[in-house]
Amino acid sequence: MTDQGSSFVATRNACKMCTPLGACLAFSGVEGCLPFLHGSQGCSTYIRRYLISHFREPMDIASSNFDEQSAIFGGQNNLSIGLRHVLESYRPKAVGIATTCLSETIGDDVSMFLNEFRNEQAGNADVSIPPLIHASTPSYHGSHFDGYTEAVAAIVDTLAEGGKRQADLVNILPGIVSPADLRHLREIVSDFGLTPVLTPDYSERLDGPPWQQYQRIPDGGTPIDMIRRCGTAAASIQLGDTPTGRTAAGILADKFDVPAMVLPMPIGVRASDQMFAALENISGRPTPKQHADERGRLVDSYIDAHKYIFGKCAIVFGDEDFVVSTVGFLAEIGIQTVLCGSGGQSGTLKASIDQIEMGPSEPPRVIEGVDFEDLTEAADDVHADLMIGHSKGYKLARQLGIPLVRIGLPVHDRFGASRLLHVGYRGTQQLFDRIVNTLLEQRQDISEMGYTYL
Amino acid sequence: MREAIDILDARRRQVHTKGSQPFQLDCEKHSVAGSVSQRACVFCGSRVVLYPITDALHLVHGPIGCAAYTWDIRGAQSSGSQLHRMSFSTDLREKDVIYGGEKKCEAALIELIGRYRPKAAFVYATCIVGLIGDDLEAVCRRVTAQTGVETIPVHSEGFAGSKKDGYTAACAALDRLVGTSESPPPDGPSINILGDFNIAGETWIIRDYYERMGVNVISTITGDGRVDDIRRAHQAQLNVVQCSGSMKGLARLMKQKYDIPFVHVSYFGLEDVSKALYDVAEQFNDPAMMQRTTQLVRDEISAVMPQLRRYRDALQGKKAAVYTGGAFKAFSLVRSLRTLGVQTVIAGSQTGNPQDYQQLESLCDDGTVLLDDTNPLELAKFIDQTGADLLIGGVKERPIAYKLGVAFCDHNHERKRCLAGYEGMVNFANEVYSSVCSPVWSLSPRKRHAPPVKRSIGPGPLVTADAGLPLNTKAPQCPTAATVPSAGSDSHACGVCQLKAHCSGLAAQETETA
Repeated sequence: MTDQGSSFVATRNACKMCTPLGACLAFSGVEGCLPFLHGSQGCSTYIRRYLISHFREPMDIASSNFDEQSAIFGGQNNLSIGLRHVLESYRPKAVGIATTCLSETIGDDVSMFLNEFRNEQAGNADVSIPPLIHASTPSYHGSHFDGYTEAVAAIVDTLAEGGKRQADLVNILPGIVSPADLRHLREIVSDFGLTPVLTPDYSERLDGPPWQQYQRIPDGGTPIDMIRRCGTAAASIQLGDTPTGRTAAGILADKFDVPAMVLPMPIGVRASDQMFAALENISGRPTPKQHADERGRLVDSYIDAHKYIFGKCAIVFGDEDFVVSTVGFLAEIGIQTVLCGSGGQSGTLKASIDQIEMGPSEPPRVIEGVDFEDLTEAADDVHADLMIGHSKGYKLARQLGIPLVRIGLPVHDRFGASRLLHVGYRGTQQLFDRIVNTLLEQRQDISEMGYTYL
Repeated sequence: MREAIDILDARRRQVHTKGSQPFQLDCEKHSVAGSVSQRACVFCGSRVVLYPITDALHLVHGPIGCAAYTWDIRGAQSSGSQLHRMSFSTDLREKDVIYGGEKKCEAALIELIGRYRPKAAFVYATCIVGLIGDDLEAVCRRVTAQTGVETIPVHSEGFAGSKKDGYTAACAALDRLVGTSESPPPDGPSINILGDFNIAGETWIIRDYYERMGVNVISTITGDGRVDDIRRAHQAQLNVVQCSGSMKGLARLMKQKYDIPFVHVSYFGLEDVSKALYDVAEQFNDPAMMQRTTQLVRDEISAVMPQLRRYRDALQGKKAAVYTGGAFKAFSLVRSLRTLGVQTVIAGSQTGNPQDYQQLESLCDDGTVLLDDTNPLELAKFIDQTGADLLIGGVKERPIAYKLGVAFCDHNHERKRCLAGYEGMVNFANEVYSSVCSPVWSLSPRKRHAPPVKRSIGPGPLVTADAGLPLNTKAPQCPTAATVPSAGSDSHACGVCQLKAHCSGLAAQETETA
């Protein structure tokens, strides 16, 4: 079987979601921004439902709601009506317009439509037009991760401006992580005395408090004024090195000469060290004591627990950046990844994993463009003690009779997905504790003695 | 409200407050662009109807999203094959869009049929298939010929109408299967159960009622559905159709082709499930069956009323908002809530038709807000305005309620708890109680100043009968407990739930017979 994609023509139980979903998630991380899908009503409704099942928060996504007429004659009229309606009812500070397979295939020129819409509305004193951000996200091209990357690039491309370099300003481009991760990243950067422009930042909007009054668009998100300043930052740190195509960091480097630092997602001590080193570099300060202490406690816990986990075998799956960093993290704690895969097809997954320092572990088998049936078949050839990935792996974990440690998205069969912390020393600590405890629990459960002391 | 939420001009005629002016509600319209409708698409309509056919292969022909978001998310159970829970997609890529997806679709079908040996295969056309012009009929014909497994296209291009059109496409696909098997029909009265999707085993509960009445169930379409049963569904003497619109199309086709009459029923709430059973018994005109039905209804109601009464004591006077996919479920919910002492202050649906809304309006009290194809902002506005304590809907509606400190009950297909039939009514009461009477609301900002809820049904299991209840099973006055309600019985009070006019609207339900 080839390790590029599947042996089957059909995709069976996909290990990915569609491009517009990623775009909607990214747009939800901009202050006052309403995601808007140019296509069928179903796309927005399905994506809303799917993201609500993970985040358990309101997730309003507008739709231009194509009918047969618009599919034949083009969707300009629907887009224009839809935009007028969302401006009236939601009063957004920005609208993030992502295309779907439908509007892309009929060849709608959305950029032109948006220009005409702006011109049309220019004479209307009652309506002020907020930034309209357009991401091209045909769902036959790439996965949700590519849609996310493209939308973040579009946000920065549309809003960022140049200007005098701000030594304390740093762009953080986090990849698809949890609200808890986003909060932690902001905290880390701020502790270095730096001002982060974290784009996107859905940490409040998708993990916020209950309300006194209904909010048209929930509070939170990267302030638009801050994104405008992106071009003046001292540097951009992109967390995750698998994206191909245009990226926000690349755009900022090209347009405004902001140095781009492309790092792995900071899961594990070594990957986190890279991020902390970058921040030391930019700020000229050492890692603040509280974070150095967290690192120390993390390494200490690695030592305390190493015999519980050494030599265990794992199957890892999910978004490519998550997979790469998780495999690296497992290698540094003595768990061998025997099989890993992603539904993504950037083509860089294998190369990124090949660069990982494996220590005593053998390199894993890597399958790009995998689906869960491919993974199930490949799992026949290996021994595994646990799986690490999102909820959709449960069927296989159950079949193999091994535990699943849930990370990433979607986590819709457990509670608290938004508060799962994965990144930095603190996130790694939580993930490490969860993995160790999962293995201890399993050991206890299968023990005839039922030890209370392990 | 920070600022009052206005209703878009284009939607004003889809909102009506009962009693404010003569009733009129626009409906069956394409959703307003930019309104953030809670509706899905044609594909969704077809997918929900056909999904529970457990031994068929379901291939979604299109890019990955449509298959990914419908993978194993529904609570439809199977007594055998689990094939329906697999998500198969042609996962179209750019080159397929340029050069056409027929070859990929055909290759995928042949390979999947070879691997999974389904009894039949459904191929769903998504938006893009309609655009690139793949000839799915031809593909399916070739695959059927090559594999011997009937392969049926479902014309469910997302943009080509609404969810309702997806129901029609699904019924057209099912119609190709019905009547293709000639095994000998069973002796005695027989029915097909249409429009129940076996969420949390509901079809099994309903089927058991009919079998206890002495009725044979030939097929269940589509809850726990089997291709071979559907093939011989034309042998039934009666189609019993639940749900607003999803399966009525098939019932109509079977009436035309095979002269099988149908009745329209609901299994939610004591009144509606009882009426369903009586209506079916009446169709067979058999006094012994009617006697068994009466006994069944009496036994079941006696078993659950004591528990329901305790829930009602806790819930009396609360106010609910109801927003469902089809309007028929909304009727049942308004009545079920009344049984629990809860008043409906907002009622609406995604796909109701004029007759549905007429009936819904007549069921509701003055001041109730009626909504067609609404959206989060309108729901929030009216929840705030009416002071609703509870929202009943699906996952998409849930955060609206929770953010406002309002209880929620999931009555959609993703739920994993049975809410149909008599025991389902107890579960429903428990669902509502568990949310409305939770202590957490007193910490929610919007409810902070409200006194903490002190309504408890008290300790003790909820399965034992409470001897003190005034339920009179020997001399029931309630049509749900002993007699079949007749047209015009709207105005009498119910002996079981002691609510006036609880039967209103029942007579208006469509009963089409031969």
